[in-house]
Amino acid sequence: MIVPFLYALRRRKLPVGTQEAVNLAKALSLGLHESSLEGFYEVARALLVHSEQHLDDFDIAFAEHFRGVTFDAVKITEEIRGWLEEVQKLRELTDEEKASIEALDLDELQRLFEQRLKEQTSRHDGGNRWIGTGGTSPFGRGGYHPTGMSVGPAGGGSRGAVKSADARRYKGYRTDVVLDLRQIEVALRRLRAFNREGYADELDIEGTIDATAKNAGELDVVVRPPRRPDTRVLLIMDVGGSMDPYADAVSQVFSAAKRATHWKELRTFYFHNCVYGRVYRTDHFGDPIGVHELLRVTSPKYKVIFLGDALMAPYELLATSADEPGNPPTSGLHWLSVLREHFPHSIWLNPEAPRGWSGNTIEAVRSVFPMFHLTVDGLTEAVQELTRRR
Amino acid sequence: MTTEFRRFRGTPGYLTSDALESAVNCSLALEKPLLVKGEPGTGKTLLAEAISAAFEAPLLTWHVKSTTRAQDGLYVYDTVARLYDSRFGDGDVRDIRRYIKFGPVGEAFRAERRVVLLIDEVDKADLEFPNDLLHELDRMRFRVGETGDEVVARERPIVIITSNNEKDLPDAFLRRCVFHFIDFPDQELMRRIVAVHHPGLDAALLDQCLAVFYEIRGMQRMRKRPSTSELVDWIAVLQRAGVTAVRLDRELPFLGALLKKEQDLAAFADQLSGGRKFRS
Repeated sequence: MIVPFLYALRRRKLPVGTQEAVNLAKALSLGLHESSLEGFYEVARALLVHSEQHLDDFDIAFAEHFRGVTFDAVKITEEIRGWLEEVQKLRELTDEEKASIEALDLDELQRLFEQRLKEQTSRHDGGNRWIGTGGTSPFGRGGYHPTGMSVGPAGGGSRGAVKSADARRYKGYRTDVVLDLRQIEVALRRLRAFNREGYADELDIEGTIDATAKNAGELDVVVRPPRRPDTRVLLIMDVGGSMDPYADAVSQVFSAAKRATHWKELRTFYFHNCVYGRVYRTDHFGDPIGVHELLRVTSPKYKVIFLGDALMAPYELLATSADEPGNPPTSGLHWLSVLREHFPHSIWLNPEAPRGWSGNTIEAVRSVFPMFHLTVDGLTEAVQELTRRR
Repeated sequence: MTTEFRRFRGTPGYLTSDALESAVNCSLALEKPLLVKGEPGTGKTLLAEAISAAFEAPLLTWHVKSTTRAQDGLYVYDTVARLYDSRFGDGDVRDIRRYIKFGPVGEAFRAERRVVLLIDEVDKADLEFPNDLLHELDRMRFRVGETGDEVVARERPIVIITSNNEKDLPDAFLRRCVFHFIDFPDQELMRRIVAVHHPGLDAALLDQCLAVFYEIRGMQRMRKRPSTSELVDWIAVLQRAGVTAVRLDRELPFLGALLKKEQDLAAFADQLSGGRKFRS
């Protein structure tokens, strides 16, 4: 019952592996779950989940898996034990994983578990929560099954584990749906990088010691420039029209970027639907700057984030027009390519869900920029793309 | 492996839930650090104090800052003092041990009895910080490179780590921890928490305060939703000022104790005046 549950968790992208299984087996053998499904729910959650973003998936998997089943602690440990023996033979494990399994004495584990069971039987004699099933105990205590336990509403005053899993109280912490300001800030923080530059006014202790030692003990003070943030970011946003429904999300990204104090520079520009020759410094399309002028004043070191739905009438992207009289006519798509070529670290964040990303202008824009969905997960991937070395 | 250990059941001043007790007990039994996350103001740091009180183990706190390095927690070799002494001839500079200053982790290992080691706000430091501590927390020992001395924990400390989620923690680190996410308390638990801080508070006033508090927390577009500590402070202010009744309106007394951001005050006023569509 447990191992399929672990796999159910893995199918839901929870990173549970051997180490988690070992921990769970240890905890159960120590009786931490206090022989109840509620207790098992708490213990499993503490040991198998490592981040609140996975709590919701854990609850879903738990409710699906344990609905109406009989909780049988003996079988569980048997099962984990069997699985651990199996896994040692079959899977390629890292040395660390192997060591952690070997460190776990399976016989000892089994012995403790039996001991535990005996304690439980004496303690729960005459209790109303233990249900005899007869002759199924692996320890040969015929006639009843000491830990078989029903999961139904008979659980008494305490809240049922399946019921509390069903409540899905952690929905709000999923990272593939929500986007709140703090999470955006956290994601963007990873864009930072440091560099030493400027006036050398920081004492380099290691350097001083080295230099002093080389100088036969005469003090030789070494100074260096302090470590400063060295990330420059361009945020280029689509406003108006089809972007209106996403105004809240966009404004959150914008305020998170503005509040990021760990960047050397942040510049923001606006466009409508697509970039044609120029972008604007205000969201009411005032104070334009030509794309070529923009490229002249910004080095390719800038990290560039486009934020827009990339949805427009095809002609807006593909039709050619001259940005200035006398210049050769170019299409919106061409302008995007010009920007992409100049900025190797550039990505496009799209608030539209990825299922609507083909068969329209989004597909064309995606062919130019790596595109990510405007969620915490998408933003995290986007930041990874931006910080990749080229 | 021992089956007998004392279980944590909370203290009179610190109320816990089944899930939290279970996580603490897992961490004690499996001898793994307990990683506690949750909204600010849900009592992550207080948990360490409660465990320290419950087990009568001294508490050693390591407040992590953005500049903190893992090494600082183990020990610091005060090279400058030694250099200074060597030039101005004060004390025996040949004895490097005189210049090794142990950090909180080092002190916890060296302690005569079991202690609670709180590594507070681990996410404040550099991304690599937790990884640098993995080995030491696992093996409960480290070597002082300068002297060759090995520091081994006499009594394995109870390690509590808190995080505010400012950065993701490395997977390898997460895998070694027991994780608990402190939920925001529901009204019932909150009532008990407030009673711990303000015994003898008028029940009617408490009802009103809780109603207003949860109403405000439920409001749209709050950047920083008020937390437990803000509620406790707010009630303290109300009591001092002799306020006997509150209700949710624009003239809510001492609103500043609950909402700390200008945008939130604006959003609050805005939603009370009829919920006009508001965009910041």
